Amino acid sequence: MGGQTIAEKILSNHSSKKVKVGDIAICRVDFYFGQDGTSGIIIDNFRKLGNIKPSDKTKFYMVIDHSGPSPSVGVSTIHKKMRAFADEYGVGIYDVGVGVCHQIIPELGHVVPGDLVIGADSHTCTYGAINVFSTGVGSTDLAITLASGKNWFKVPQTVKIMINGKLPKGVYSKDVILHIIGKLGANGCTYKSAEFYGDVIEKLSVESRFTISNMAVEMGAKCGLMQADKKALDWIKKHSKKQPRPVFADKGAVYEAVKEFDVSRLSPQVAKPHTVDNVSAIEEVKGKHIDQAYIGTCTNGRLEDLETAAKILKGKKIHPDVKLIVAPASRIVYLDALKKGMLDIFIKAGGVVLSPGCGPCVGTHGGVPADGEICISTANRNFKGRMGNPNAFIYLASPATCAASAIEGKIADPRRYL
Amino acid sequence: MTTAITRMKGCARRLKQNDNINTDYVISGRYKFSIEDPKELAKHIFEDIDPTFAAKVKEGDFIVSGENFGCGSSREQAPVSIKAAGIKAVIAKSFARIFYRNAFNIGLCLIECDTDQIDEGDHLEISLENNRIKNITKNSLTPIKPIPPVMKKLLADGGVIEHFKKYGGFKFDA
Repeated sequence: MGGQTIAEKILSNHSSKKVKVGDIAICRVDFYFGQDGTSGIIIDNFRKLGNIKPSDKTKFYMVIDHSGPSPSVGVSTIHKKMRAFADEYGVGIYDVGVGVCHQIIPELGHVVPGDLVIGADSHTCTYGAINVFSTGVGSTDLAITLASGKNWFKVPQTVKIMINGKLPKGVYSKDVILHIIGKLGANGCTYKSAEFYGDVIEKLSVESRFTISNMAVEMGAKCGLMQADKKALDWIKKHSKKQPRPVFADKGAVYEAVKEFDVSRLSPQVAKPHTVDNVSAIEEVKGKHIDQAYIGTCTNGRLEDLETAAKILKGKKIHPDVKLIVAPASRIVYLDALKKGMLDIFIKAGGVVLSPGCGPCVGTHGGVPADGEICISTANRNFKGRMGNPNAFIYLASPATCAASAIEGKIADPRRYL
Repeated sequence: MTTAITRMKGCARRLKQNDNINTDYVISGRYKFSIEDPKELAKHIFEDIDPTFAAKVKEGDFIVSGENFGCGSSREQAPVSIKAAGIKAVIAKSFARIFYRNAFNIGLCLIECDTDQIDEGDHLEISLENNRIKNITKNSLTPIKPIPPVMKKLLADGGVIEHFKKYGGFKFDA
């Protein structure tokens, strides 16, 4: 038998036997959660299973992030239902204002290298950046795991993605992953695990790595895994008391494909409406009028992202026709940004700062665009209607590109501001 | 023991967009965050890309699509609202992973095959025993990818909740 990939190893470690690609593995799950768009159905289905208790109430959390504070009676009713369930069963809940699930789950130390994690949210693949096999599932799958502590997994094939070269100034991990998705396509890794390697990954901060793993699902991947190097382990030590169990791919691991990218000459990248793989270099789209710029989300709402945007916006005013919306990804990020004077910069530039959470990314509140309006956003999806209006247009880019665009009132190259 | 339906007859419903139908298009976030009743959600399926679609669909219809159907968000409201609209199966060239699990978990059948020759309004008969679709309108046969045993089992049991209640856990062998 050949060597194992990271995905095969983590799934084997959580199953009663060594598993290989194509096997169905029944695995213990280390941590699982839902958010306010998915927890309602988790609760309903958990109750349908009969008179049972959570298998381990310390391993389950609900996060109110997608629509908090609530914009409507319907949403408030779901939030109330989540709080009541948390009280009844003694499970954890992170209420309005704690932050986006994918920021706070690693930040508050719930997941460490070697873990197997599922979340009722498609961007659960984010923690692959810290060597966690984490993947999005639906609410019913989550309810089953809440009841049993387990779920079944088909062991995926793995695509090895090598990212080499030296990132040019003004080009960030967001540009790298947009470029890769543009090349591989929206279904380029469907059903598969992606493993990211290369000089570029090694040099990136852990925060920047999260951005890459976060968007693995945008090419269909089940997870977006990286090795836990010293940088990752130091980061874990700062955030978690749990013991990491780093997992490395074997030398003889079998990959379905190896894709190589050299990003030394990469320009800032932009995904155009209405698909994430509709990617162009900034040179092809700059000058396009915008009405709104959004900086935040589980993709790019971290301190480093706000810092990049603040550096560009410092002492400047946004274009009078533009609405700039900033939503820090968590309460911790919010407070750090406040202390460092970044929020001051955004507000004085003419922007608004929302409470920590998903903000307008999912189209329920906090900046729904009007018909025909164009928004440039640091989020991970630009589907038609994503921000709440099917007649609006969403472009995806890095925090630097969004900040520069807010100043100019049109899609702008951030490199002239650095 | 299986009680699954092995033969289904229905009418093909095609969307204007063929590939990469994401779950935001199936049911917009505008609705999924505020409406919990599947029947209410079903009134809004595919609204952002085809506002007339929900009204057109009849009980027993099949949705027919291209590559990567169901990509994007993990929202289970997507297969739930399709099922609540009376759709008996989605037929596509390929499906995104989370949607694929979600659909079988709630007892919605997904069929993978070449869909290029199926047009809006074609009358189809799906046979899960013979792994083929008979296009009654065009008098032609299309082979389908066999449904994996685990998914077949979940479908036969009426979804993963019923499966779990029946066996007190997962039971996929035999």
